[in-house]
Amino acid sequence: MTMSFGQEADFIVASYAVTAFIVAALIAWIVLDYSAQRRILGDLEERGVTRRSQRAGKEGR
Amino acid sequence: MPPGTRLIKKPPMAIIDLANPTRFLALVNRVLPWLVAATVLLFAIGLVRAVHAPDDYQQGATVKIMYLHVPAAWLGMMAWGIMSVAAFGTLVWRHPLADVAGKAAAPIGAAFTLICLVTGSLWGRPTWGTYWVWDARLTSMLVLFLLYLGVMALYWTAEDPGRGSRAAAILSLVGAVNLPIIKFSVDWWNTLHQGSSIFRPGGSAIAPSILIPLLIMAVAFTLLFVTLHLAAMRNEILRRRVRTMRLMQAQELAEAHP
Repeated sequence: MTMSFGQEADFIVASYAVTAFIVAALIAWIVLDYSAQRRILGDLEERGVTRRSQRAGKEGR
Repeated sequence: MPPGTRLIKKPPMAIIDLANPTRFLALVNRVLPWLVAATVLLFAIGLVRAVHAPDDYQQGATVKIMYLHVPAAWLGMMAWGIMSVAAFGTLVWRHPLADVAGKAAAPIGAAFTLICLVTGSLWGRPTWGTYWVWDARLTSMLVLFLLYLGVMALYWTAEDPGRGSRAAAILSLVGAVNLPIIKFSVDWWNTLHQGSSIFRPGGSAIAPSILIPLLIMAVAFTLLFVTLHLAAMRNEILRRRVRTMRLMQAQELAEAHP
């Protein structure tokens, strides 16, 4: 307990920093990907493009 | 084979209901906020416990790296296990959601494996005196990381998504052979890496003051994985809808202007 974060501090801090960076990058990618897909889907729906399952009784455009 | 025909019988209705992509999206939307909250909470508890955990009597403070390294290693392997199960669903039932699960797990598993490799290297330098050594445990973990890159390349670069999925599923099943090699590498070969100290006959060799924070961090990492995996699966389902809609749009244009 007394030598907490002694001379090995650099290695410990680097480990936590690298982990935080990789996790943050992963989260950012997933969040940005989600908003990108939502935006494209919204665009396509606005132009009247539908999937087959959405077409019950609705004619193309 | 014309689209829509199946060579193999569908799984029972209950599984189909659960695995219907639209229902799956509704479920993900409902549980994701709770999972995010639980992940943040567990990481807060785990990190506080890790900071206050005592140093190891031999290693000193570097044992703090274990709270990242060990859970990342477990999750890196678990993600491949999930991909192998999903690969089975893809190849046997051709279920699209199984394929979505496999594809979404690959980059997350790769990220955890990378965390394991980097933190291990940063732990090795002060403990063993070297960043890297080509022993069985380290090399088999590096092979796992390279296999992840291979699966991701198959998924993301294939021109025909169906063909890419099948190739990735086969690699996922074949690559599962590496999991027991990683696990038992420390027993089968003479490695610099230490042997199992948590799950071993006769109980854990780690004192509770260090083991409990480690287990809390393991639960936190698992929740992080589940959260990210479900969110990535949702992205993948939306991406496939975009693709379908674009194909329909192109088809309509072709029909309108022959």
